[in-house]
Amino acid sequence: MTSSASNTLSRWPTDRLLLWLLRGAAAIAGAIVVLIVAFLVLEALPVLRHVGVARFFTDPSWHPAEGFYNLTPMLWGTVFAMVGSVLVATPLGILSAVFCHYYAPPAVARPYRWLIELLAGIPSVVYGFWGLVVLVPLIGAIHPPGPSLLAGIVILTIMILPTIALMADASLAIVPQQYLRGAAALGLPRWATIRGVVFPAAKSGLCTGVILETGRAIGETMAILMVCGNVVQTPHSLFDPIRTLTANIALEMAYALGDHRAALFVSGLVLMGMIAALVAAADWISHGRIYG
Amino acid sequence: MDKCLALFMLKKYAALVAISMAALMSVPASAGGQATAADQLTGKLVITGASTLAPLIGEIGKRFESLHPNVRIDVQSGGSSRGVADTRQGLADIGMVSRAMKDDERDLSAFPVARDGVCPILHQENPVQALTDEQIVEIYTGKISNWKLVGGKDAPITVVNKADGRSTLEVFLQYFKLKNVEVKAQVVIGDNEQGVKTVAGNRNAIGYVSIGTAEYDAIHGVPIKLLPIGGVAASTENVRTGVFPLSRPLHLVTRITPSGLAKAFIEYAQSKAVHDLISQQYFVPLAH
Repeated sequence: MTSSASNTLSRWPTDRLLLWLLRGAAAIAGAIVVLIVAFLVLEALPVLRHVGVARFFTDPSWHPAEGFYNLTPMLWGTVFAMVGSVLVATPLGILSAVFCHYYAPPAVARPYRWLIELLAGIPSVVYGFWGLVVLVPLIGAIHPPGPSLLAGIVILTIMILPTIALMADASLAIVPQQYLRGAAALGLPRWATIRGVVFPAAKSGLCTGVILETGRAIGETMAILMVCGNVVQTPHSLFDPIRTLTANIALEMAYALGDHRAALFVSGLVLMGMIAALVAAADWISHGRIYG
Repeated sequence: MDKCLALFMLKKYAALVAISMAALMSVPASAGGQATAADQLTGKLVITGASTLAPLIGEIGKRFESLHPNVRIDVQSGGSSRGVADTRQGLADIGMVSRAMKDDERDLSAFPVARDGVCPILHQENPVQALTDEQIVEIYTGKISNWKLVGGKDAPITVVNKADGRSTLEVFLQYFKLKNVEVKAQVVIGDNEQGVKTVAGNRNAIGYVSIGTAEYDAIHGVPIKLLPIGGVAASTENVRTGVFPLSRPLHLVTRITPSGLAKAFIEYAQSKAVHDLISQQYFVPLAH
């Protein structure tokens, strides 16, 4: 990529055209993020200026109509829901892909893959609706009130499961055949092959899958809004209702004015910050080799 | 026989021609008539005030503009007090006020366009038939947390509150003289439909929604029950007549007796032609 200008291929006009097309596409993709962040900052600036950043983390509560803007409980709500669902969905998704690839007979593996793909295509509001009329009353019968962190984690797990399952499936599919034959020649049992050969070889794909599912878990709004109860509080148990930052924006944006509205843009900024931190952390953990 | 049929056909054809001719003639005629009427109505109306009313007045304004192409209706929200202040200072032609008029606002002419009513709802299988105002306040502030204490079965109460900024929340808090900070809720919801579904899915929940939504859903088989307030049954009829206490009038106000464009718009906003828009926003149209 760095040598593209001096590349011998670029003598041809079609290649030059392609190069500019690609540059254009990359610029658009990059500019979208920059523009969104700039817009968020611009909209949040009025309230940041005369309320200050600190009060978003030190105020007694979130009651924007009365001038209290504490976002911390919602930050925790978002983090707990995200971590919980990723912890459940990741092993489930990776192991289901392993089953599909190395243990299931083809007659089972193909329809199974279709089902997972179908799961990925269900709109989030459908999950939310199902959660509201089935899952929440069920949890409510065990431990009232029902709308809770647990309901959010269950719904999110179901929603992000296909992401990690399909990513894991795709990355297991591209593990070179000779690795598997080599392992077989050494007489390794199937599970040892999977653990010692397949997983290290498929590591970058699996990591990308985890990042994608985490991103989806943080960004999910509608389903979470319907099942989590939306009470602004730091949860003390799985059965406590929570409000996530995304749900906060969706709930209040329609009727917010002035500082209240700007405070919701601050929620958006915090959310962007979380995602940026996540991407940076993933990059740091894998030493920049995720996409290698 | 053939001749007869031909004659009949001819007659039918002639009638058809006549009808279509009449239609053709009448179209320009009516368009001309509208144009002359529209000529009288030109210019721009600035309407500011209550954010509760702004979406409704915006919709009515759009329909009014389509009837009178030379008219522009500019709707801005900013609260009832802004509506009153702007109208007094002449910054707005019409103000929107989402409450009863106060005694010191007698200088303005007020025109009710609709009413907004809110009622508490319970699950249909909840044995509680009515709650006093004090009981509702104590439930919402967390002092009563079990249905047993208000004559129900032994089960914890799930309190459903509305998200900040919603007008139903405003009406509810104002009537019960509560602050949102004091409310201890287990569930916070956004729109009315979500409130109805939350209560329909939880036998121990109490919530409050716009009466228009609650009544529609209860009639259509959703297992919820509308609670009376102060002995008055919660129904759109009781909101319309003003006897239901947890309701408020929605007003358009002007500084002077309206004339011309402002008068035409206020009359239109009060007419039957906009009742469908009023119901769409979950408000209750007034009887005429």
